[in-house]
Amino acid sequence: MKKQKKVKKQEPKKKQNIVLIAAVCLIIVFVLGGYLYKSQQAKKLDFMARENASTFVRDYSLTLGSKEAKVYIVEFFDPACETCRDFYPLVKNLMAANEGKTKLVVRYAPFHDGSDYVVKMLEAARKQGKYWEALEVTFNNQPYWAIHHKAQPELLWQFLPQAGLNMEQLRNDMNDPEIARRIEQDLADARDLNVRQTPEFFVNGRPLPSFGFNQLKELIESEVRGNY
Amino acid sequence: MTQIDKTTNSNWNILFICWLIASISALGSLFFSEIMKFAPCVLCWYQRISLFPLVLIFSMGLFSFDKSVVKYALPLALAGWLIAFYHNLLYTGIIPESAQPCSKGVSCTEDYIKLFGIFTIPMLSLMAFSAIVVLLFMLKRRLSE
Repeated sequence: MKKQKKVKKQEPKKKQNIVLIAAVCLIIVFVLGGYLYKSQQAKKLDFMARENASTFVRDYSLTLGSKEAKVYIVEFFDPACETCRDFYPLVKNLMAANEGKTKLVVRYAPFHDGSDYVVKMLEAARKQGKYWEALEVTFNNQPYWAIHHKAQPELLWQFLPQAGLNMEQLRNDMNDPEIARRIEQDLADARDLNVRQTPEFFVNGRPLPSFGFNQLKELIESEVRGNY
Repeated sequence: MTQIDKTTNSNWNILFICWLIASISALGSLFFSEIMKFAPCVLCWYQRISLFPLVLIFSMGLFSFDKSVVKYALPLALAGWLIAFYHNLLYTGIIPESAQPCSKGVSCTEDYIKLFGIFTIPMLSLMAFSAIVVLLFMLKRRLSE
């Protein structure tokens, strides 16, 4: 018994060091790996932005802002996503601050169940030239039709007339197979671009270094500086 | 003296390997979710609940080699193993997907990656838990001898 105790006492020091060194090594590998992964990802996206620009902007994609703008802000969003709702006015402010130099490209990533139905409503409203009105009504009433990340698009019907839409027309238009095809294409592009959360932004093909409003603001400003 | 020394030594090493596997798995799963942004599904979270504490329990056991570590770690490892096993059954389609508990949010059968072309994330988890369970049983037997 006594002997064992002695063994125990002289053991730990050296062995504890092994554990500590191993832990530090693992964490270094983790951080380095993360850094490598991110830079590789950025390189890949940069390549795609040059070689495959259509992954970011399809010919059917809705845009907002100046035609001559050199800074493209591509936003993948989900109408049922709360953060997307919070970002909507912020993005508009950013665009106003860089008037004429930026262009917003709207892409869909309806990850929530039922969100694709809402996208269809929005795209049908676009046919009536009331897209932004419909989007604002959708976002303003999001707490009522998307509760706790569960989209219940049927609850949105009662609010949509506020956008001044022809509802009869809307119900017909939203079943257009072309709209379903666009959603499919947007989701496929989102997958290719590794979009797993919404909203996801690409400014001239460059992703946010980390998610956040300030990061978006800085990225847009640096692209504006670089292009004008 | 040397005999005791040796056995304690190799017991410690077994525990160290357990710790290493648990730590690599925990960091790996964090890498998948935080850096590669794969959203963890419900079953992954249950496995994480078993996995993350193991890292700390093993660390404590290593610092002053404590035999009772097996007693505390084994239930967690077994729970994690069971969930990982179930997850793999779902993933490989042996249990139909409709019977899975996570229809909302992220699907538990979503194919994220195949490491080296064969290892899926649930498979990696099952392998890690299996190795830990086997090592802990080995340690248990050695300690009771």
